[in-house]
Amino acid sequence: MKAFFRFWYDFIVGDDWVVAVGVVAVLGIAAVLAGAGAAGWLWACVAMTGLLVLSVWRAARAHDRR
Amino acid sequence: MSGAVLVLAAFLACAVEMVEATTIVLAVGVTRGWRSPLLGAGAATVALVVVIGVLGPALVQLPIDALRIVVGGLLLTFGLQWLRKAVLRAGGYKALHDEDAIFQEEVALVEQEGGARVRQGMDWYAFTLAFKGVFLEGLEVAFIVLTFGTNEGHIGLAAIGAAAAVVVVAIVAVIVHAPLSRVPENTLKFSVGLMLTSFGAFWSTEGVGVKWPGSDAAIAGLFVLFLAVSMGLVKFLQTRSTRLATA
Repeated sequence: MKAFFRFWYDFIVGDDWVVAVGVVAVLGIAAVLAGAGAAGWLWACVAMTGLLVLSVWRAARAHDRR
Repeated sequence: MSGAVLVLAAFLACAVEMVEATTIVLAVGVTRGWRSPLLGAGAATVALVVVIGVLGPALVQLPIDALRIVVGGLLLTFGLQWLRKAVLRAGGYKALHDEDAIFQEEVALVEQEGGARVRQGMDWYAFTLAFKGVFLEGLEVAFIVLTFGTNEGHIGLAAIGAAAAVVVVAIVAVIVHAPLSRVPENTLKFSVGLMLTSFGAFWSTEGVGVKWPGSDAAIAGLFVLFLAVSMGLVKFLQTRSTRLATA
């Protein structure tokens, strides 16, 4: 059972949980903005590229500390 | 998305997975004989066909917006992970994915296990290794085909792209009959990461109700945006790495 969950965690979340959590948060806020008639696409562009920068930055910082 | 772009996207994404699966099968086959790993790869292929047969119709029956949110979100997550690794490699912060090194690791692992697990003419260890590698990578191929295909309404075209990738990588593997280190893997992964991220970003946000300027053409804009940010990050990492080395 543990191996089963481990497989799906590795398959979906990968080695940086921040990306998976970030994607859910970005989509949630985009849904709220779209529902309110705001430019959700603009938020999506900024937030998704920001997520990539954050993930790379975290990995680079961890690398430099080693 | 045009049919040609859909086929190309599926082809590139699936080629990356195939290279990894083929490396494992080659490593096992060279060291323990070809019969068991090839049977393992064949069994994994049959299992994949069953999984695709079960999941395919279920995915198509889902409401399109729910489908876009789930598969787009997953593609976006996979794409961002691929992009992060590709950026780190290009920026000198992660070793380039060396298929020769992977091949040697697999060979060393297989040799350590010895020949104790051979029963009734079947090498179950070699069978399992090949099965695991092909099934896991094949699952990702199936996922890519189903998501690309169902979102664009052309599973057949996505399957053609995937099948072409399988054939091309298999032919290359037979010809070189050695690790596939000649394939510029990080370049391929960079491109696939950009594609997965762009498609995933577009589909998932459309699923939650976001209206994009230019509709489907926005995918090209997203591709350029992620490419520009990724290249900027590579440049930043290279500069940072040099600065830290000289400090």
